[in-house]
Formats: sequence, C-alpha cells, structure tokens
Amino acid sequence: MVMREVKGMLSGLGVTLRTMFEPAVTVQYPHESEDPPIRARGVIALKEESCTVCMLCCRSCPDWCIYIEGHKEKRPPRREGGRERTAGILDRFDIDYALCMYCGICVEVCPFDALFWSPEFEYCATDIRSLLHDKNKLGDWMTKVPEPGPLESGAQVKGKK
Amino acid sequence: MSILALDIGWGTTLAVKTLVVMLLIPLGALIFGYVFLFKMMAHMQSRLGPMESGGFHGWFQLVGDGIKFVQKEDIFPEKADRHVMALAPFIVMLSTFLVFLVVPAGPRIVVAPLDVGVFYALAVSSLSVIGVVMAGWASANKYALISALRATGQLIAYEVPLVLAVVGVVIQSGTMSLQGIVLAQRDGAIFGWDGIGHPFVLTQIVGFTLFIVAAQAELTQPPFDMPVAESEIVGGYMVEYSGFRFLLFFLAEFGTAFAFAALAATLFLGGWALPGVHGGAADAFGPVVVLVKVMFVAFLMFWARFTYPRMREDQLQALAWKWLIPIALVNILVTGALKVVF
Repeated sequence: MVMREVKGMLSGLGVTLRTMFEPAVTVQYPHESEDPPIRARGVIALKEESCTVCMLCCRSCPDWCIYIEGHKEKRPPRREGGRERTAGILDRFDIDYALCMYCGICVEVCPFDALFWSPEFEYCATDIRSLLHDKNKLGDWMTKVPEPGPLESGAQVKGKK
Repeated sequence: MSILALDIGWGTTLAVKTLVVMLLIPLGALIFGYVFLFKMMAHMQSRLGPMESGGFHGWFQLVGDGIKFVQKEDIFPEKADRHVMALAPFIVMLSTFLVFLVVPAGPRIVVAPLDVGVFYALAVSSLSVIGVVMAGWASANKYALISALRATGQLIAYEVPLVLAVVGVVIQSGTMSLQGIVLAQRDGAIFGWDGIGHPFVLTQIVGFTLFIVAAQAELTQPPFDMPVAESEIVGGYMVEYSGFRFLLFFLAEFGTAFAFAALAATLFLGGWALPGVHGGAADAFGPVVVLVKVMFVAFLMFWARFTYPRMREDQLQALAWKWLIPIALVNILVTGALKVVF
C-alpha cells in the first residue's frame, strides 16, 4: 500500500523531469512564425463572384459588423428566346473587425459559399478605422484560404470552394 | 580575526562580514528565483519562462520585478497594528540572515565558527514563525490570521523531524560545529575506504531525505503550502502587504530556501570539502563547491515543489507526526547502535 504510493510519487517526479528535458511547446511568436491549424479562425475572406447579395450573413451577424450594399442587374437569357435573368451585384461589402467576435455564423449561413475562414491573423492596425476591411481587401484574403483537409472516411461530400 | 589571512581590525571585519551576509540573501534569492522558479518550473511545465527582459533568456526579469515592488506604495490597512505589521517582514528576514552566520564556505571562510553551529542554525531558522505570526495577527485580516495559525502549526510540527534528522549526523561526526562536521566528512572513511571521504548522505540517506522533506515544509513550499494556499486563503499572512515589505517576504522565502539548501549541503554532502583539494585551494574553491552542492540540493527540493499538489492540512500534520518523527527516531536509534558497534 505504502510502496504503491511511493511508486506513484516517484513516477510523478519522472514526468516533470522528462518534461524538463523535452523542448517546450511555447512558440516565441514575434521571433518565430506561428503555424495555426488550417481551420483556425483568423480572418474571413470573401469570394465576390459567389455572392448574390442575399444579405443572410449581414442579418445573422450578432454584432452587426457586416455592411452590404448592392443592386440588381439584368443579365441576358441563358437560351435563345428565354427571359432575362436578374443578378445581385455587390457595391459594398465591409466587415468591421473592430466589432467582429469571430463567431463564424456568417460563414456557416452563407448559402452560396462566398465566405471562408482563413487562419491568417496578422492584420492588426494602429488605427481602428483600418480594421474595416472592404470587399477588395476581403477578396485578397481569399489567397490565404488553405485547401480544406481530407474528409473523414464516410463523410458526405458537400459544397466546394 | 582574519579573513583569508588578511589581518584587519575587528570593526572592518564586522562590516565586511555583515555586508557579505546581507548580500547573500538577495543574491541567493535572485539565483534561486531565476534558475528554479522561473526557468526550471517553466521547463517542467513545457513552457519557456521569461525570455525577453535583459536580452538573454530573461535574466533581468526578477531584478525588474524587484524594482517594481520598491516603487509600490507601502499600504497598511486601517485596523492594522502598524508597528507590528511593519516589523514582521524584517523578523522573517532576520531568521534567514542569522543562519548564514554559521555556514562555512571554506576552511577559513566562515562568519562565526560556533561550536554549537547545528544547534544555533536550527534555533534561529525557527525564529521566522514569530515574524509570520506577527504578520498574520497585525494585518487585521482573517485570512492572514488563519494562515499564520496554519504556519505555526506546520512549522512546529516539522521543526521536530528537522532537528531529529540532523541528530544522526551529529552522532556520526561527534561534533555540533558545522566546520567540524565538514572536516569529519572530508577526513572520514566509509568502512575503511577514504577515496571520497565520507559524505554523510551515503550513510544518512534516511536523515537526508527527512531533512529535505522537513525543510520543504519549513519553507511552506508546495506540497506543504497550506499556510499560503492562494485558492482558499488568498495568499496567507502576506495578503495585506505590498511594495517593499512584500518583496522582503519574497526574498526571505527564497533566501531561506538557500539557507536550508546550504545547511543540507554542509551536513550531508560535505560542504566545501572536495576530495583531493586541501589547504589554500580549499579556501579558493570552497565557495564554488558549496554553491554547486547547494544548487544540487535545491534542485531536489524545487523538483518536488513543482511536481506535487498541495497536501490537506490533516494529511500534512499526519505526515509529520505519524511518519517523519517515528522514522527519525528509529534512524537515531540505529545510528547510535551502529556508532557503538563500529
């Protein structure tokens, strides 16, 4: 009984000693670059051509940090003799990252896969107004969106980038 | 009186000695705080600890913390007993201070070579409990008072195994002078073989273990940190202190750790003695040898500190009275019997 406890205490000492000689998990961030996982919530990127100005993201945003303006345009019919189609065109799509709380509801709710998470996180600013990213800047973040990782076996393939 | 064969007046000698001893506490506390509290603890938890201040691995962090404490306001609660509260950290500090007087760092490097060095060191090291009780009472804070009472109970309980653990060494060396104990270890022999002298840790391993455990409890370090349990009594007797006086408590904690490690190194690891080093060289290398041994003992103590969780109050008392003291008594009995036989 006592021996078992002594053994437990000794193995505890072993754990701390082993950890001491293993390299620490700390990343010295400003000196070394951090490597966040691909699904980390860094910044939201906008794929403008997929957006139909449906306003779902804007309406579902809990702190109302998405500002959208758009208009309708007539597009030629797909087939000869068909009717003209209407398409939503974005005039403005801003996300105010000073307000955003990174809940990701906009990304979840987008029915046309126009919004994506990117693990990029280095976009701090010295001026709060620079945290309002317009649609060009949000479009540029698309280059930072990584390819999604492999699906689990048996997962249903749905949606595309 | 002479230090390193320099003949100087007693006034100068006193001044030099006082200065050396006064420097030892902050210096020891800084080394221990940085090496063990900041770095070793961090790496044992898979962290790096402070890395920025001072440039190289955050070596300046603790000094910077000290400067911060000195800048802070010295706050006394309204209902506090100002004079007692102001005095308490100095009493705690003093007890550490006095231990360093008798710890030898070389054949001639010792502040006060007392004949009853062991007795004296253990007596003054328990003075700190008076400071703790003063701090706890004068703070006019119920947490501080609870903490002071816990500390008193704990320090008294662990004073006993601490003293009993040393008795084995005293029996083996036949002297209570720390210098005499070092010499006994240097000139001794283990069953006729005197290759490395006779460090008492080899024959008094039980006493050494008891001493380390009891010293840990005397320092109120984890796993014996019930008196300063921050999750239930918010920091114990230090809770109302700020600024310089809080810094004194911090320095005293690590200074005392240094003192106990130095005592353990002297009593069990042969102090300044190094096999094959004699005469003047022993004086020159003595402080370094002592420091290395102190760091080794401190490593063992802090290793346990960073590994084990806090013990409950009743477990803590049970460990002292039901385990450590009986083991220490048996150890004395066996040591005495073997001393008579051989």
